[in-house]
Amino acid sequence: MTTKKFMFVNRKAPYGTIYALESLEVVLIGAAFEQDVSLAFMDDGVYQLKKGNQTKGIEMKNFQPTYRALEDYDVTKLYVDQESLTARGLTADDMSVPVEVMSRAEIGKIMEEQDVLLSF
Amino acid sequence: MKFSILVNEGPYTHQAADSAYQFAKAVLAKGHEIYRVFFYHDGVNNATRLTTPPQDDRNIVNRWSKLAEEHKLDLVVCVAAAQRRGIVDEGEAKRNGKDATNLAPGFRISGLGQLIEAGIQAERIVVFGD
Repeated sequence: MTTKKFMFVNRKAPYGTIYALESLEVVLIGAAFEQDVSLAFMDDGVYQLKKGNQTKGIEMKNFQPTYRALEDYDVTKLYVDQESLTARGLTADDMSVPVEVMSRAEIGKIMEEQDVLLSF
Repeated sequence: MKFSILVNEGPYTHQAADSAYQFAKAVLAKGHEIYRVFFYHDGVNNATRLTTPPQDDRNIVNRWSKLAEEHKLDLVVCVAAAQRRGIVDEGEAKRNGKDATNLAPGFRISGLGQLIEAGIQAERIVVFGD
């Protein structure tokens, strides 16, 4: 099968809407199809990776452990937008999985190299 | 050029559903090919034949069905997203013990692999969402 570079752009908070959860489902399928998968987190999407999400109070399943499982699917390219972190008072230390924090311009360059960009 | 289209928002709530249709029509009018239209998130609600808009409004669901028939489009609804939102064909009704179906003509329910494949096969995949 053809391998293409797929980037999934995560822009929404993990809860409040279903985008983050359903985006993660596509990422896993993309990895299962042995595509060259990477993820970018920006805007409120950076909260998807913030340590210590607690969902009991809102009666939703906490899917944060799934991000930690991405490595098992050989999905290791996780890029986080520095400006989005800073705007929310977050740093790389707040991230629950290994990521590369980079500037918006640098992420833009990586986007340029992609075959398929799916934005959620 | 060969396009795929991803529709992530529901009909009437969000213009993405209209824009996706208008884009699909424009693509076909220009002589391009549409490999697949994939419906995800609330976009799966574009596929319920039970939709009944006021008579003086556009019927977004019927519009897709008609376009699919005219151009032999492959309209695919994500099964996981459809199950959450109650979009059901005969197979799904049987599998999940439901007493009704509502999938509109021209659509089919399948897995997310069809979205990845749509990305692989098309030269461009265009996303309509929020």
